[in-house]
Amino acid sequence: MKQILHIAYRELNSFFDSLTAYVLIVIFLGFSGFFTWIYGADVFFLGQASLDTFFTVAYWSLFIFIPALTMRSIAGELKAGTLELLLTKPVSDWQLILGKFLSTFFLIGIALTPTLFYYFTLWAIGPVDHSAIVLGYLGLLLMSMVYISIGLLTSCLFSNPIVASLTALSIGIFFHIIFDVLAANFVGFTGSVFNSLSLSTHFESITRGVVDTKDLIYFFSISFFCLYSSKMILSNRNLQV
Amino acid sequence: MDIVVEHLTKRYGPQKAVDNVSFRVKAGEVLGFLGPNGAGKTTTMKAISCYINPDEGDVKVGGYSIKEHPEIIKKNIGYLPENNPLYQDMNIIDFLEFIAKIHGIPKYLIPERILDMVRICGLEGEKHKLISELSKGYQQRVGLAQALIHDPEILILDEPTTGLDPNQIVEIRELIKRIGKEKTVILSSHILAEVEATCDRILIINNGRIVVDGTAEDLRKQAAGNEILKLGIQGGDVNDIFENLLDLETVDSVDFIDIDKQLFEIQSLKEETSVKAIFDLCVQNNYYISELTPTEKKLEDIFRQLTLH
Repeated sequence: MKQILHIAYRELNSFFDSLTAYVLIVIFLGFSGFFTWIYGADVFFLGQASLDTFFTVAYWSLFIFIPALTMRSIAGELKAGTLELLLTKPVSDWQLILGKFLSTFFLIGIALTPTLFYYFTLWAIGPVDHSAIVLGYLGLLLMSMVYISIGLLTSCLFSNPIVASLTALSIGIFFHIIFDVLAANFVGFTGSVFNSLSLSTHFESITRGVVDTKDLIYFFSISFFCLYSSKMILSNRNLQV
Repeated sequence: MDIVVEHLTKRYGPQKAVDNVSFRVKAGEVLGFLGPNGAGKTTTMKAISCYINPDEGDVKVGGYSIKEHPEIIKKNIGYLPENNPLYQDMNIIDFLEFIAKIHGIPKYLIPERILDMVRICGLEGEKHKLISELSKGYQQRVGLAQALIHDPEILILDEPTTGLDPNQIVEIRELIKRIGKEKTVILSSHILAEVEATCDRILIINNGRIVVDGTAEDLRKQAAGNEILKLGIQGGDVNDIFENLLDLETVDSVDFIDIDKQLFEIQSLKEETSVKAIFDLCVQNNYYISELTPTEKKLEDIFRQLTLH
């Protein structure tokens, strides 16, 4: 466990050293703040003390940002040769993968933390549905978890960061929207299969304020599958330089 | 800790990088791993340091197999990979601290260990610089420092002196020698002089197989062959001298090196020496010797001989 945290901490530091983290946080807060408070269907326009707009913006912007964060995580280490350095230290393949996963997850957490001010502000303005907001954040974290895992997997598969990030995006877009669209176009069994595959269905059901084990299982199983595959690829040292 | 490599085989596609290699390194020994590029040195070292899984065979370090207990082995090995990969965006102290933490060195000991490493590896003046700002020689020292920080029993260095200037090479060699007194060291190189200067034992590997296993002395003996002399004789006609030399019983062949200066190259028969016969010849014919130099085969030549197939 300690090893995982050491790796995650180092990685997180390098996000901040390379300015990636600052750019991400600034853009993310800028976007979400703009759409939540100033423009379009903002809080004042809706006239409701709800952060639904924010969650929608975050839902999309995290989807786009995460592949850019994960694209170099394994491939970059492999190219620089530091993967060899790390894996010949007392670090197992699982610890490396989980460390990488956690570093991005923490970064998303750091980016989300300042948005708690939106919540407190809203709380001051009007009656807030607290559970819906808490679960909204939970939904965002669960969603990030899935996309980080997918990003890590593609980073194991492709050494070129651009290819890795685009592949992660295109796999992501299936979960993000395509399954949802397909579910709407099919009826019966096929429709329900697509419906349960769609990430937006599960995300919405959580943000609505209902935590169903089904949803949790969905998020955790996809993440586990991707992390496990990444670990297997790493263990076989079947990586392409 | 002993290192025992048993029938190690590793394929990359159809090509065998390492082919049934077995050897053993005793604790406290400094082993030089030698071979041309692509001979399988790096692959073998990667297998010992638990980075790659061999297709066949096994490596045992201190009795533990790399397949079953890599975590124990990794703790006891300090490894400097080829090309010395480092986190370029970190500074030296942070980097060493990270490595120390990964090795599970207790927190209160870490600052002390880092300072030790900085001192031993001569990094005092640079310690707050980013690794990317360092010259190659200093980066190599950081590489050594990270390999040594947990005070490992075994040190594996893959081409530790590439890219260094002659002064740095000498310094690193001294360092390795000093470390080698207490620890088991395996170092690879394709420079013979370096291995000869630092190692107790030499292992030459070519095309994935071990060609020679022994000390530099053994190696010389094995490839020594016939006596070769560079000889200069004056005081007579070149052609007469040449004929006379050829007539000597112990001489196998005579070549001209320089006709004007009357220099010859004499190769004696196997396990014979022609020095006395040449001297006698000169006395009989009133020649005089202007030069007589035994030509020792250089290790470089032996190396070429063994690996050029």
